[in-house]
Amino acid sequence: MKLFSVILCVLLLNLVPQVSHAEIRAFACEPEWVALLKELGGKHVSVYQATSPKQDPHYVEARPSLVARMRRADLVVCSGSDLEVGWLPLVISSAGNTSVQPGRLGYFMASEYVERLDIPDRVDRSMGDIHPQGNPHVHLDPRNLSIIANVLAKRLALIDSSNAEAYAQRNSAFQAKWSQSISRWERDASGLKGLRLVTYHRDSIYLAHWLGIELTMTIESKPGIPPSARHLASLLEVLKAEPADVITRMAYNEPKAPQWLSDRTGIPVAELPYTVGGTKQAKDLYGLFDDTIERLRKATGR
Amino acid sequence: MHRNFLATAVALSLALPAYAVAQDDTEATRSELEELRQQIQELEDRLDQQARSEAANTGDREPARQGVPEQDSARPLPSNSAFNPAISLILDGRYRHLEQDPDTWEIGGFVPAGGHGHDDEGGHGHGAGPGERGFSLNESELAISANIDPYWAGFFTAGVRNEEFDVEEAWIQNSGFVPGVVAKAGRFFSGIGYVNQQHPHAWDFGDLPLVNQAFYGGNLAEDGVQVRYVAPTPLFLEFGGEMGRGASFPGSERNANGPNAWSAFAHLGGDIGFSNSYQVGGSYRDTRAVEREYDDTDSMGNGVENVFMDLDSNTWGLDFIWKWAPEGDISVRNAKFQAEYYRRKEDGQMGYDLDDMTGNFAQQGAYKSEQSGWYAQGVWQFIPRWRVGLRYDLLDSGTLMYEPITNGSISRDDLQLLREHKPERTTVMVDFSSSEFSRFRLQYANDKSRFDVTDDQLMFQFIVSLGSHGAHRF
Repeated sequence: MKLFSVILCVLLLNLVPQVSHAEIRAFACEPEWVALLKELGGKHVSVYQATSPKQDPHYVEARPSLVARMRRADLVVCSGSDLEVGWLPLVISSAGNTSVQPGRLGYFMASEYVERLDIPDRVDRSMGDIHPQGNPHVHLDPRNLSIIANVLAKRLALIDSSNAEAYAQRNSAFQAKWSQSISRWERDASGLKGLRLVTYHRDSIYLAHWLGIELTMTIESKPGIPPSARHLASLLEVLKAEPADVITRMAYNEPKAPQWLSDRTGIPVAELPYTVGGTKQAKDLYGLFDDTIERLRKATGR
Repeated sequence: MHRNFLATAVALSLALPAYAVAQDDTEATRSELEELRQQIQELEDRLDQQARSEAANTGDREPARQGVPEQDSARPLPSNSAFNPAISLILDGRYRHLEQDPDTWEIGGFVPAGGHGHDDEGGHGHGAGPGERGFSLNESELAISANIDPYWAGFFTAGVRNEEFDVEEAWIQNSGFVPGVVAKAGRFFSGIGYVNQQHPHAWDFGDLPLVNQAFYGGNLAEDGVQVRYVAPTPLFLEFGGEMGRGASFPGSERNANGPNAWSAFAHLGGDIGFSNSYQVGGSYRDTRAVEREYDDTDSMGNGVENVFMDLDSNTWGLDFIWKWAPEGDISVRNAKFQAEYYRRKEDGQMGYDLDDMTGNFAQQGAYKSEQSGWYAQGVWQFIPRWRVGLRYDLLDSGTLMYEPITNGSISRDDLQLLREHKPERTTVMVDFSSSEFSRFRLQYANDKSRFDVTDDQLMFQFIVSLGSHGAHRF
């Protein structure tokens, strides 16, 4: 009975419309956008995080709670480029909220504001689950984040003009600190230039592009298709002929296949955070790149 | 938007004095007109200026191109739905090994949804029955969807099978014109229960639960309007109502104005951490049948045709869904549990043994019944791409009151199909998805839907999707 009343109380509390002191209620599809919104919005923006850092961002359930949060959101921030195509359109259309519909101020797809890589010449499912608009994992190049921050800060100011100045100030503070950090990271990672890297999925393309790393092959056989035994065997053959420097897997990738390859080739595995919260050290956006570079350097000894 | 409004206002203010001019053509009005023209010119200039400065301020439509060197200056390819409707096609092929002749299949104790017991194909309604023996192509499902304008989205699916072309859903939807309200009109899968809104490619088994087959003859589609309201609460709380034609089983075609069916439903859902999410729901549906016939057999084994008249049929239901995935990551391991319960009351008149020549019944009187059914199923993905599932179905033919039986005119055995029975089915399946877009499934069912006979049903199925990447419901 006591348990029942506790459950009832929790239920009732959750059913009361929340009074929030923040001026903008934001819905962020992935943890990196939660972090960016916190940098730019401070106390003026409350952010709901839709997915966990340990989950594959390609496969997300259109959970009821997402609809509930979308219902009251003033702004939805996602990667875009079809990364969320399997759930976001359904969540938006079920929520009855016009301010976050595509084309409105409250709909912000971060990858649309930067140059995308891996835009396929030809789109065919035989090539796996590819994105016709290009690779959506743009946040792993910090230079993209500074472009996106500029646009996002303006967007926040448009939605909540009463705090326009605060957003502009926070953005310039972020830009200053961020560009210093980029220089530091580029210095720290200078030894990684020319690194030959085997990646699980091409979600590391922007990181590689930034640091001058070469992505030699992917562990998955095609985008979204997990590696088969035969594919792994063929990777092994290629790696023996043309060794790579490091095998990476993101925090959400399964560990077995990379470890299997590493055991047979002696190439070290680096587990990378992929997003904020992917590793203990990746506490915020700065930590994400600090830790990514740290782990790559540690694994390769460069 | 603002511009348009102002332009209209300006045009109106211009039109009115112009009318005055025509009435009274004097120098004075002419100079007034000139003044007005100048004012309009000023207004337009100001608007243009405002638009320019807004564009400069926003500035976020044009992607900035720094940091990353030019890779390909061409704009990205449009996505599937950028300008054209998103089109997808589902192909579903099967091989079945059925121990019993599928033509003898029936759900004992229940009035068949299609009216006919087992004598013709599809008699149980769309989506009911064990299907055909051997190789067969199940329905191919064509779906087309797009935004119609800034206010409406449209969705269409049709099932194509041999010479049949069946419009399953065709609706328009507005989301949020009234905050929290999602309004739909056209033909749609009713929002009652859980599995009812899913199309076959989203099912976790190759067929629908028995209770959906017995109570609705498959997916219940409604021609009408649906309004759902999502409450502004951190937990998902949704109320919905529908009214519609109610022509499909258990209702009937009515040839009358006004709605013939009403439904109401509510859902409550949320998360427990990132790993667990759940949804519970309740539903109620009320419909009428004015002339709903079905074929039965009397105690002597002769076929009789019975007709329900002025029958009120109401069904209430409960549904529960729980999903688990470690840290929300469904790609490697995940689990799903779902269960639904329905209870139906029918109250009206039934004519027994229609004489086709005279149009008279041998017996006629009040009919009342109360029946129920439920299922529970679990699906477990234990390694990437491989899932196993277990489902249990149980129906209860419940109570039956028919006046001619109570007063002794006919015996209880003169309604052979409505004898007491508890149809039961146990299903196991294993499926493999080579990608998000394809699934291969092996399923075995031990089906005790018929009276006294058990059917072993083995099915191999492939179900794939071509074309645009549709979103899946929870």
